[in-house]
Amino acid sequence: MRLKIHHQTTYHYDSPVPYGLQQLRLRPKSREGQEVLHWDIAVAGGKLEVCYEDEHANTVDLVSFDPGQTEISITCSGEVEVTDNHGVVGRQKGFVPLWLYERSTALTQAGDGIKALVAGLTRGETDLATLHALSAHILAMVPYSTDQAASDLTVEQAIAAGHAVCQDHAHIFISAARQMGFPARYVSGYLMMDDRVMQDASHAWAEAHVPGLGWVGFDVSNGISPDARYVRVATALDYRGAAPISGMRFGKGAESMNVSLQVQQQ
Amino acid sequence: MLGKTAGGLFWMFRYLERSENTARMIDAGLRISLTRSSAAESEWTSILHATGLQAGYLQRYSTYTGDQVIDYLLRDETNPGSVRAVVEAARNDARLVRTALTREVWEAVNECYMVLKDALAHPISDRDLPRILQMIRQRSAFVRGALHGTMLRNEMYDFARIGTFFERADNTARILDVKYYILLPSVMHVGTPTDNVQWETILRATSAVRAYQTLHDGEVDPKSIAKFLMLDRRLPRSLAFCYGKIQDNLGYLETDYGVRHPCHDLAARICKRFATYDVDAIFDYGLHEFISDFLKDSAALGQQIEIDYRFIE
Amino acid sequence: MNESPAYFDEMLQPDGGPRGPYAQYYDWLRKEEPGRLLEKSAEAEALFRLTGITFNVYGDPSEAERLIPFDVIPRIIAGREWVKVTKGIEQRVRALNAFLHDIYHRQEIVRAGRVPAHMIARNAAFLPQMIGVTPPGGIYTHIVGTDLVRTGPDEFFVLEDNARTPSGVSYMLENRETMLHMFPELFSKVKVQSVSQYPRSLRRSLSACAPQACEGRPTVAVLTPGIYNSAYYEHAFLADQMGAELVEGHDLRVVNGRVAMRTTEGYKPIDVLYRRIDDDYIDPLNFNPDSMLGVPGIMDVYRAGGITLANAPGTGIADDKAIYSYMPEIIEFYTGEKAILNNVPTHRCSEPEALKYVLDNLADLVVKEVHGSGGYGMLVGPAASKAELATFRAKLAANPDHYIAQPTLALSTVPILTDAGLAPRHVDLRPYVLVSPDRIEITPGGLTRVALTEGSLVVNSSQGGGTKDTWVLEE
Repeated sequence: MRLKIHHQTTYHYDSPVPYGLQQLRLRPKSREGQEVLHWDIAVAGGKLEVCYEDEHANTVDLVSFDPGQTEISITCSGEVEVTDNHGVVGRQKGFVPLWLYERSTALTQAGDGIKALVAGLTRGETDLATLHALSAHILAMVPYSTDQAASDLTVEQAIAAGHAVCQDHAHIFISAARQMGFPARYVSGYLMMDDRVMQDASHAWAEAHVPGLGWVGFDVSNGISPDARYVRVATALDYRGAAPISGMRFGKGAESMNVSLQVQQQ
Repeated sequence: MLGKTAGGLFWMFRYLERSENTARMIDAGLRISLTRSSAAESEWTSILHATGLQAGYLQRYSTYTGDQVIDYLLRDETNPGSVRAVVEAARNDARLVRTALTREVWEAVNECYMVLKDALAHPISDRDLPRILQMIRQRSAFVRGALHGTMLRNEMYDFARIGTFFERADNTARILDVKYYILLPSVMHVGTPTDNVQWETILRATSAVRAYQTLHDGEVDPKSIAKFLMLDRRLPRSLAFCYGKIQDNLGYLETDYGVRHPCHDLAARICKRFATYDVDAIFDYGLHEFISDFLKDSAALGQQIEIDYRFIE
Repeated sequence: MNESPAYFDEMLQPDGGPRGPYAQYYDWLRKEEPGRLLEKSAEAEALFRLTGITFNVYGDPSEAERLIPFDVIPRIIAGREWVKVTKGIEQRVRALNAFLHDIYHRQEIVRAGRVPAHMIARNAAFLPQMIGVTPPGGIYTHIVGTDLVRTGPDEFFVLEDNARTPSGVSYMLENRETMLHMFPELFSKVKVQSVSQYPRSLRRSLSACAPQACEGRPTVAVLTPGIYNSAYYEHAFLADQMGAELVEGHDLRVVNGRVAMRTTEGYKPIDVLYRRIDDDYIDPLNFNPDSMLGVPGIMDVYRAGGITLANAPGTGIADDKAIYSYMPEIIEFYTGEKAILNNVPTHRCSEPEALKYVLDNLADLVVKEVHGSGGYGMLVGPAASKAELATFRAKLAANPDHYIAQPTLALSTVPILTDAGLAPRHVDLRPYVLVSPDRIEITPGGLTRVALTEGSLVVNSSQGGGTKDTWVLEE
């Protein structure tokens, strides 16, 4: 399936920003099941400083604000050819040892909530079946809802809230999978929802490492493994490491963000 | 050279200059209170005014006595402008810009700090006061001496000098601002002994008593004092002298860097005023107004230098 | 008759005569008036204070600036003895760099089973952001301070490898300056190898690791947390001696893909940054977001090849006290040779058997926190009170992973000058090593730290230690 993506994020600031930086993890890569035909990032109100590959092989762009701006806008556009591999991404490549994906992070630190959730899980006959069961179990226990969605919740906060968005679901899955001994990681990317062109936001899901299969994706919120409608952009131990945009700035004043995202089949 | 280093040198030498200026003002106040005790209170009030520290003082005390004012100006822990505090600030700036200083300059300012910290650790008795005031002036002078004797004549030296003269001119202007009324031509004051003492305070606070008398054959008149302190380029604490030096040093930076900044125009404008106005014109314009204008322009120049040479971002 | 163990004294033999390396010095010393030496001692202190060689004591506002006591009796090492030490250090430093490269790439040493994976996996000093990063010139530890102790004429042990930001080199240099100033005649009698080339070598060594983006002569700067940092004097001293800028985080920004410093003429790029700020604080965008000391984005520029950081981030994994216990294996794995310098036998309390042994023999052991530094959180068993032993017993039981234990070594002594004359005190030695792509340089000597309290084995300046000038004799 060939997906055409146009993704624009605009930040507006109440007062001019004297100096600021943003790290972008917004460049999908060609890999098994995914071929990037072309991809461009344009920045208005800022400039590209450096570009490198991080430890998870994500391409990172560092952008600086033009001094005194009140608005910065990042536009990604491109086309990606995706094949349905039933969520299987393949073996671990590069230098990152698998044990790194067993490390918990501030957002994915397992507490009583995760432990109870894991204890209540009925395991399947295979690792893969167990992980699918985990995904379904999470969705049942912590249903999807965008009501009062707060960002940057820890897994325990999300479980306590009783409902979750895709980011929280991914975190809960990662935390629980690690508890069960599976290396697991966070994926940020795009999903083409079938019924619309204008998508609400970029998507997130999780991957667990299954012996024999390698990395396999699980989209808890949608109850499936990623198919040809999913474009992987960045991975990391949690949201903070894979966030599409993270930054810092000098100066006071509030900011507001506006996202426009179109994903459509060509 | 780092912008922060330029700023550190500028402020280090401002603080050192301020420490000795405060010592001079205390010396002048002390002289008046010894000779004319009835005038003492108003004298200490105007000294506090001239140092800009009156508001802080009033939070601490409700009366003006010599002992209180002296203690406040020299060593009060609540006073960020005390000699003790500004010497410490100068030394902190010196640490900040350590790599821009010669070992001699650093050791002079470090020793200045150590000696004065010790000397000002306890309240100062009347008997020790003259010695300590002299020590403050002398320690600052040692640093200046090391600067002259050992530093390369480059941008670092220029910023140190600009700081020195900026503070000095500011100090002279503040004294004039507080005391201008006794320099005004007024029938009431002429020839009375009170005024001789008052005028002498101004000269004493600027270390100009002897110089003035030598140049004016012992004749004391207010207009010539005003002229002396504002326009006489022979006096190293006059406004015209200090601004001549500021303009020179800014000029060296302009040549070195090959860039003329807004601060150069601003300094030139201030200097031009000293060249075009004679003392009659100043009195005609209004002594108070002239000094107020000067203080305002001087503050603007300070800010502009900070921006042009990137002391801060 | 004498119950205390017999310590090796580096100056005096049991018969009272001097050991070889001290012969000429001792000859001079015998003719000196003790009173004159005490005067010189006071003179040295005044000199240090004037120069401002002070350090800040954490948590003691009443004494914000303290001098590290300086003892005027030098510690002397024969040229021959030194050669062996330097060979051992060189071997060790090579192994450390190879280990760091391996750990942040394929981890062959883990795959080979020589270091257990959990030693890395559970180690907070392992920095994931360095995975796959090869620093300019391939050097991770540009500056190393290898702490040595001596227990006999030929027995040197490595106590720890300081591979992050070893401090104290300014004392090595100032101690020598002070000795030259006070006893010039001595240096014409005794031929001592010079240390004063260190700042030049440091500059050269750092410049040799300039990043790809560097054009022309590399711009070197020293990054300091600021004037309130305990080692600020040293930061300023080294910058001054190298002719480098001394910068703080707020002087720096990312400009045109480089890290640049704000000068009076605008932003100028830095090629090599000798940073004296810990990894965690160096970049609030990538690490601790609350850090006010660091430079946002510096890691991004580093990973893109726009700047060299010395030492590289993540080197803490190599001087971690738990990893230390594997150093003999690490040296053998990467160099194919046996370690020249001894490691102190180390009990890893994370291993149940070792923990049991440590708890059973606590009064005879030195217990150290794995991630601690500077003698804080350390137990010296033989010198500890019952209450202290009990406290540590509880700490060990609660968090065994956090501790290692070592036997108390019979540290050598060198006399210090006291009001009552010469008196032996325990010493250690930190030589300073500079690593660049084409050479490893070890300054002859280093910093001798001395425990000023009689019988004490703790030499840390934060715990009442002093320093001595260290002489390596010309052969």
